Amino acid sequence: MLPPVFGVLFDGIAYGMLLFVLSVGLSVTLGLMNFVNLAHCAFAMIGGYVTAILVNSYGWPFLATLPISFLAAGAASVVLERLFYRRLYRSTDLDQVLLTIGLAFISVAVAAYFFTTNQQPIETPSFLRGSIEFLGLNFARYRLFLIVVALIVTILLVLGLEYTRFGAMVRASVDNQRMARGLGIDVDRTFALTFALGCGLAGLGGGLAIDIVGLDPNFAFNFLVFVLIVVSVGGLGSIAGSFFAAMLIGVSDIAGKYYFPEYGAFMIYFVMVAVLMWKPTGLFGKR
Amino acid sequence: MATSTQPVTPQLWLRQQCRWHPLEIVFWLSTLLPFFLFPNYLSLASQIAITAMFALSLDLILGYAGVVSLGHAAFFGIGAYGAGLFSIHVWGEPFTGLLFGGLIAGIAGYITSFIVARFRHLTLIMITLGIGLMAHEIANKAHSLTGGSDGLQGVKIQPLFGVFKFDLYGYVAYSYSLAALFIAFLAVRRIVNSPFGLALRGIRENWTRMPAIGADRPAHIRKAYTIAAVLAGFAGAILTQTTQSAALESISFGRSADVLVMLVLGGAGRLYGGLIGATIFMVARDQFSGIAPQYWYFWIGVLLIVVVMFMPNGILGGLSYIYARWRRK
Repeated sequence: MLPPVFGVLFDGIAYGMLLFVLSVGLSVTLGLMNFVNLAHCAFAMIGGYVTAILVNSYGWPFLATLPISFLAAGAASVVLERLFYRRLYRSTDLDQVLLTIGLAFISVAVAAYFFTTNQQPIETPSFLRGSIEFLGLNFARYRLFLIVVALIVTILLVLGLEYTRFGAMVRASVDNQRMARGLGIDVDRTFALTFALGCGLAGLGGGLAIDIVGLDPNFAFNFLVFVLIVVSVGGLGSIAGSFFAAMLIGVSDIAGKYYFPEYGAFMIYFVMVAVLMWKPTGLFGKR
Repeated sequence: MATSTQPVTPQLWLRQQCRWHPLEIVFWLSTLLPFFLFPNYLSLASQIAITAMFALSLDLILGYAGVVSLGHAAFFGIGAYGAGLFSIHVWGEPFTGLLFGGLIAGIAGYITSFIVARFRHLTLIMITLGIGLMAHEIANKAHSLTGGSDGLQGVKIQPLFGVFKFDLYGYVAYSYSLAALFIAFLAVRRIVNSPFGLALRGIRENWTRMPAIGADRPAHIRKAYTIAAVLAGFAGAILTQTTQSAALESISFGRSADVLVMLVLGGAGRLYGGLIGATIFMVARDQFSGIAPQYWYFWIGVLLIVVVMFMPNGILGGLSYIYARWRRK
């Protein structure tokens, strides 16, 4: 028999995994280009709506919609990168904040216009519903699935960054952008590709998130805070940092809400400010 | 003139900056126009004056010192709740309530300034965002004190000087908030045209060089941040007193984002940027939200993108650029 703390831990880890998928792209783009992209969750929202529409209106199986949500968010990011982001790579952080807040505002209004402000419920396949009992505790199947997906994503990302040519280019650009340019790496193109990949992952996260946290037009802002917290606590440009920060934030959020419900979301803000006071560059950040 | 041969010393330059331009006098006289032209919109005018004061306080830290804050509404909200609670638990005299709101916002600003002064860039944005969200969460959860999401109930403000009542028409409200805005403006104008103001601009332009030439950067930022918090607290307190209520909205992220938009729209780092931006923003919101309130933020988003892409220094920056080109011809 396991004490309930393991249940809280399990839920926290599953939630952290979701946060990781949502935020890892932002962490890499921030580390790569120092681009403060507050519209990151708008891309997640695109993925979420693609999944919701395909499942509910076209009767696609849930699992088949996830790659599409990845592709849709990635494609949208390529267009926006060409139109707006590219011109502000070397601007101040304030300009980047303003542009991306503007994009996020627009995404909220557009989503409200097309899909109303209601929650979009989706039907998950039967093998992801319910829970498995193990040593006296219930483990929700969907959360297990979430953990598996996030682990696969993590492994693919780490392998891709460590062992491919593109990964080496990304690492070189994050570590020393000037030197990478000097060696003939097209940093802007690397960034555009990484950006598309990161936004695609956010889209995948958006699709996965519907069953846990729901989906409405305010998604673009509601989750932004969590994602930014994960990124800044983990340290810019660090996948391992994002991973551990997402776990830390996920577990402390769920534990905070479980053990001290009267303090609500206070716990994670406290964790964030404490970590940043202690290490301004985040747990794994270099700069 | 003899002045042309005289070398421009910093003192002389500052004194030149202090001189009142005729356009400024026109601007402040025109703030009296709503009394005669739009007597039905005086409560909106009062809201504009309050928001302009809030934008002015953000301008001091963002426009002059270069400290980007995404949580400035924390101090606005602390001032708003402070003044409201003061009127409930102590007495309803407006001036002491106003001072109390500014005081506790200033204390909160002074405490958090020690954190803020250490950081810059993304970390700073995150820290200020976190402080703002924590303040919101405290106001939300301390239900017994603040009324949570229902807002603060039972705010009763006595008449100004014991004579002028805060009524529905907004004559008193607008006079009160306009007077406060003008006094705050004079104070900020004096601050930015002082050696201290120059030091703040130096910090904005080069964060690492200012300490190297002997300026105590953290102390300057702390001071500016505390002053800005006091001003934001005053603005919040006036909002509570003129509307006789304090809502959770006054401490929300939305308010922090709105004021940032206004300031940037008008032109950050210019005294009138926040004032012009707040006026345009509030009037546009009043007009647009009558048509389709839920899509108001669509237009704000478009506006933000246009400003960032085409008018990097806001409306006032664009106007002064055009004026400078016209002068050169």
